Parts: sequence; structure tokens; C-alpha cells
Amino acid sequence: MNAPQIKRETASQTAGPYVHIGLAPQAAGFDIFENNFGPVLVNDQTKGERIRIEGRVFDGIGTVLKDVLIEIWQANAEGKYDHPGDLQAGKAIDPNFRGWGRGCTDFETGVYHFETIKPGSVAGRNGRFMAPHINVWIVARGINLGLNTRIYFSDEAEANKKDAVLNLIEWEARRATLVAQRETVNGQTVYRFDIRIQGDGETVFFDI
Amino acid sequence: MSLTGRAPAPDAEYMMRDTSSHPPAHAPGYKTSVLRSPKLALISLQQSLSEVTAPQFRAEELGPLDHDLIMNYAKDGLPIGERVIVHGFVQDQLGRPVKNALVEVWQANASGRYRHKKDGYIGALDPNFGGCGRMLTDENGYYRYRTIKPGPYPWRNRVNDWRPAHIHYAISGSGWVQRLITQMYFEGDPLIATCPILRSIPDEEQIRGLVALQDTSAFVQLDSRAYRFDIVLRGQRATLFENAVNGGGAR
Repeated sequence: MNAPQIKRETASQTAGPYVHIGLAPQAAGFDIFENNFGPVLVNDQTKGERIRIEGRVFDGIGTVLKDVLIEIWQANAEGKYDHPGDLQAGKAIDPNFRGWGRGCTDFETGVYHFETIKPGSVAGRNGRFMAPHINVWIVARGINLGLNTRIYFSDEAEANKKDAVLNLIEWEARRATLVAQRETVNGQTVYRFDIRIQGDGETVFFDI
Repeated sequence: MSLTGRAPAPDAEYMMRDTSSHPPAHAPGYKTSVLRSPKLALISLQQSLSEVTAPQFRAEELGPLDHDLIMNYAKDGLPIGERVIVHGFVQDQLGRPVKNALVEVWQANASGRYRHKKDGYIGALDPNFGGCGRMLTDENGYYRYRTIKPGPYPWRNRVNDWRPAHIHYAISGSGWVQRLITQMYFEGDPLIATCPILRSIPDEEQIRGLVALQDTSAFVQLDSRAYRFDIVLRGQRATLFENAVNGGGAR
């Protein structure tokens, strides 16, 4: 009986300044693919409350970063992931919602955005409670290993208090870095979620 | 008995990330990382459904030429440069194929110039080369594409830093924790020895893992040379004992 040979994960390297060429060619300035992955996760048929998420990304001295690529992954309105590993009973997949999007910070303003729905609550590990949240992956020039964080919602204060992951963060003040602030802008619900990579108010990043 | 023989449950958790396999966030030789690296420790999560699931992609979402960088932007002729095939397997840490993984690649052209509105390098654009492609791995975790070998180019770091020729990769597997972004280099490139981005990896074995070897067995006669580049993503553990990632179960 031999112990299995465990391989090492391939080393990460920065996405570099021209990440848009591969992952968002229209942002790089050209058209090549017929089907482009982008920041709109919903269509007319998608179930759930329409929301916009937007924000900016700051470096260690407060500079707005304009070359960042962000992906989000979330459950649908019932709190179900469109993935065979989600075995939660009594929740259905929404055929009009994959739950994944890709956005870029604007080269002029630094603002990124997503058009999506507010996710339902997903059961946590070992039956623990998780408040509604969106998973976030951030890559850019100067980021050597993609950064993982989560977006929670300011109008879910009660649920957030019970959330297994937020409660893991022993520095209570830091939990607020994961809570997007709900606003209404021109009749649309907008959650503002700024990301601070380093320094004052540094966003909580996870080793997942 | 081997771990690899047992199929993992679809909601099984993944092996812990070995951070020593990766460059540290703060790698001063790569100057841009200095202000773009978290100072505080990452918070370690026990995985939930949020981490073990991930978007899945369908072949119909990709166009017929998306994986052919020689033809997918050709306007009035073929792109200039050395024709190469790049191929390999995407596996997890236990050697299982990662099927249906989305592999996205992008690169400079033969002159070392990117088709990007922010790239001002004097190297010429090639009107017939876009520089990006994407594909899904097959049931064996295999992927293959053809392209033009990218050129090296200078960049603002130290005064005379040049990037070795490289192709960027973004890979999306079956779990969110497997998401990986990296760069592939070419065997024999003298710039590999001094590249501050590559040298931010603290381990020679891991650096070698990013250098594709010329693969004569896959050459196309009178057409293309070939390089082999295998990728390892996080491994999914075969069995969960008392820990259930999915909803129910006792604590």
C-alpha cells in the first residue's frame, strides 16, 4: 500500500496589466469572441430582487486602481448554487441564473459594477448558518495570488450577526469591511462595496 | 487502497492551499506588489458550499475558433511569428483529471506587443493577431491550442527588466478554491533566470513547473513546433467523515 503522491498546486503568477485581453477583450479595445463573459448575471426571466453592486479598489496609499479584474460567484434567490455539488434539499436551480460574473474597474473612474440579484441564504458547513453573501475573486497587476473575499448586505444586519464566517473574524471592526451598503440610486437598488487591498480599513481576505 | 481510486463526493472539501507553492503577496523585487499586497493575515475558512462549488461552462458558449490563436483574429493573412502548439493536462493534486475546466489564455504577439489600449510598447501590432483564446478540457483533462510564440518585452520595474516570453493562463475548475491565474514560460529562454515576477516564487521546483518543455512528439510536420504545459489545481479530498460541507448533519 503506497501513500498517494500528492502533487503541488501550480504556482500562481500575477494577472498582469493586460489581463483584459484574455478575460475581457472588449475592455482591452477589440472584438474577438462572439460570446463575452461580463458583469451582467441576470436576464428578464431571472428570479429574485434585482441589485447593482458597485465600488472601487484602493491600494496601500489610497490610490484608486483602474486595472483590476473581479469575478463574483453566488447562489440564486433561493440560496442554491448552480453546481452538482450543491445537494441542499428543497431548493431549485434557476435556469436563468448561473450566478457567475466578471467585471473590470473602469480605466477612467476605477468603478466596477455587477448587475445581479440578491442571493438567498446558503446552508453553511455542518448545518451552521450563513447569511446571504457573494464570493469575490480579485486579480490585477501586482497581485501575486488572487484575493478572495465576500460581500454581505447592510440590510441583513440580523442575519450577519449569526453568520458563521463573519463570526470567525475575531476583530469585530474588520467585519464591516465585508458589508456592502444599500442605497437607492435613480430607483435602482445599489450596494456599494469598496475594496481596500492594504492599509487603513484593509478588507478582510480569506485563505479558502 | 489509494486515495485516487475513490471518487470524491460532489460536495467534498479541497485540500488546504500550500502557500509556499506560491509567490508571497509582498514581493519587493516585483515593485508593483508593494502597495497591492494585504498587510494583515488572511482569515482561514473551513470550506462551505460557497468554496467547493464554481461556475460550470458549456462547449456551446465558446466559438469554433476561440481556441485557435492563429486564426481567430486573422483578417487578411496569417499572423507573423513562430507557429507553436501548446498542450497538456489539467489535473488535481491527486492526479485526477479536471474535466470541463475553462482554460483562458492571452499573450503578446511575436514582437512582444499586446493588443491592449494601454500597451504603448514600440513593438509593432500584428493586424492578424488578437492574442487570446479559450477552451474547455476534455474528459481526460486535456487541452490543446495553437498560437504564435510570443516575444519578450521590456517593462517598467528595474531599468532594464524584460519579461521572458510567456503566455498568461486563467483556469476555472470544479470548485471556487481551484481558481488559478498563472503564466507559462518557454524552455531555454535566458530571461527566465532573472525575471522578478517569476523569481517571486520562492521555490525552484515550482518555478520549473511553469516552464513548458519543447515536445517533439507533438510537432506538426512542416508546420508547427509544440510545447507541453501541465497544470495542477487544488485536490478534492475523497471522503468527508464527520464534516459535512453541505447543509445538514451534526456539528
